[in-house]
Amino acid sequence: MLKKYTLGVMFCSGLLFGSSQLLAAPTAVMLGDSCAGCHGTDGASVGPASPSIAGLSEIYFTDTMMAFKNGDRPGTIMGRIAKGYTEEEIKLMAGFFASKPITITQQKLDATKVSAGEKLYTKNCSKCHDENGSLADDDAGILASQWLPYMEYSMVDFKAGTTEMPKKMKKKVNALSDAEIGSLLHYFASQQ
Amino acid sequence: MSKINRRSFIKIAGGATAVGAIGFPVIAAAGGKKQVVIVGGGTAGATAAKYIRRADASVEVTLIEPNKHYYTCYLSNEVLGGNRELDSLKFGYDGLRKHGVTVVHDLVTAIDAKGRKVTTKGGKSFSYDRCIVAPGISFRDDIEGYDAAAAEKFPHAWKAGPQTALLRKQLEAMPDGGTVVIAPPPNPFRCPPGPYERACQIAHYLKNHKPKSKILILDKKDKFSKMGLFTQAWERHYPGMIEWKKAADTGGGIMRVDAKAGTVSTDFDDMKVAVANIIPAQKAGTIAETAGLTNDTGWCPVTGKTFESTIHKGIHVIGDAAIQKPLPKSGYAANSEAKVVAAAVVDLVNGREPGTPSWVNTCYSVVAPDDGISVAMVYNLVDGKVAKVKGSGGLTPMDSSPADRKREVQYAYSWFNNITDDIFN
Repeated sequence: MLKKYTLGVMFCSGLLFGSSQLLAAPTAVMLGDSCAGCHGTDGASVGPASPSIAGLSEIYFTDTMMAFKNGDRPGTIMGRIAKGYTEEEIKLMAGFFASKPITITQQKLDATKVSAGEKLYTKNCSKCHDENGSLADDDAGILASQWLPYMEYSMVDFKAGTTEMPKKMKKKVNALSDAEIGSLLHYFASQQ
Repeated sequence: MSKINRRSFIKIAGGATAVGAIGFPVIAAAGGKKQVVIVGGGTAGATAAKYIRRADASVEVTLIEPNKHYYTCYLSNEVLGGNRELDSLKFGYDGLRKHGVTVVHDLVTAIDAKGRKVTTKGGKSFSYDRCIVAPGISFRDDIEGYDAAAAEKFPHAWKAGPQTALLRKQLEAMPDGGTVVIAPPPNPFRCPPGPYERACQIAHYLKNHKPKSKILILDKKDKFSKMGLFTQAWERHYPGMIEWKKAADTGGGIMRVDAKAGTVSTDFDDMKVAVANIIPAQKAGTIAETAGLTNDTGWCPVTGKTFESTIHKGIHVIGDAAIQKPLPKSGYAANSEAKVVAAAVVDLVNGREPGTPSWVNTCYSVVAPDDGISVAMVYNLVDGKVAKVKGSGGLTPMDSSPADRKREVQYAYSWFNNITDDIFN
């Protein structure tokens, strides 16, 4: 009697375990499509502030999402959302967005700032943000054609110290004025 | 083979494999294209149409929607506040046609679940392998005297378009010092934070143009979505202007209206006010009821995994009309549900078992020009039901900085631009 009972319990818990714990992860497309409401179809944001996430390197995407998930990077809403995904799911999303072409935006920009930014870029940023910030392999985000407000928010957070800068970047950024940083961002945003 | 038409072939194939262990008939690939008919071209229906075509361009998708244009309910409160033109909420269907969706402007009057056929007012009929029903909401008769004529006097503005324009016009015409009544509906209803964001937006207009005016919210509930954040916003931006009365304080909110006399009434008071925004209780859109897809709650019961109706096989119900708790009746949830169901329907018509779903919701409210708040949540499937992913989501913190609140407004506008582009373009 006792034996039967034990077997029954094992069988039932096995079923429960099977239905709630052993579901395969959603596909990369299922996960990636769910981000479109804020980041645009295939991660190509139409703006004005949500960043495009298409074409980001898998490493950068995963690191950024894990930082949001762990509370290491501030955000208005991304931390709350990132906490809903496992590392495995985040990696699947990373693969999905890495396979998409980077987004070309048309933004209202200041031509004087763009041209001043070009010179500053070559001198200060080009080593790590190669090809005008369009190279995913840098694992440094895609800055080329990125939405200006998003880059401005990011720089505010970097300067406030709420988001940590890599050492080299910190040195460069601290040596630049706010106006110079503004020009740089206009230059990145202007890339077509 | 040539003597077996496609329909009987499916019956035979379906019969032969029975319903199987995985719970749906495996339909062998038959000749002819797979047909999906979508009823309703709002957020859920239009998203599903586009995403089915993106996943499998061999599936023929017909979307049936009576209106040539759709006005989003989301951000329509900004029209009332005066910071947005109604036209910015207007979307057409050419984008879907570009994806190869057949868009038919007609009203669906019947769905034959057994015969797998949809019939329209225009006398057309459409056969389907799978049908997706996304009819949004309709109103219940919970407020005595609130008929079509009364809605012209006391607009609900809960389906955006002419009703939104009418309410805005009434606000523009009202005298300074008047009272605006907002009567939010009982749960469940479309856009749970909507009435309270509306109070903010109307207050924003009144503060700048008619500062002696007041807003009186006579609720059918004793609490509401984002309550702490809204209460904070009312005190912060519109002190003394907005009064909220819970149902228990008024014997259940607005119970009667008299369009001719121009009065709105609780069980205690008959009031003549400058503007009354009466939002009745809600249920699934009319066709859901006609097609027998609703239960006694007035909404449509569905499975968690594929949102297939638990009443009629082969029909999936998505968006506000479905019983999709804990997913809310929001635009983002409708868009998210539509994508999950689009993927499932593509799998089902191709004889594959649908994959593991994942849903997300984000809902912004603009409470002042530079003050935005949000709620978010990620959902997964647990034991066949939609569940909140533990530890995820939640509200904007009560103590978030003014800079963050300003960013949330910009992210709200980005959300609007991106989601509407994702749906209609």
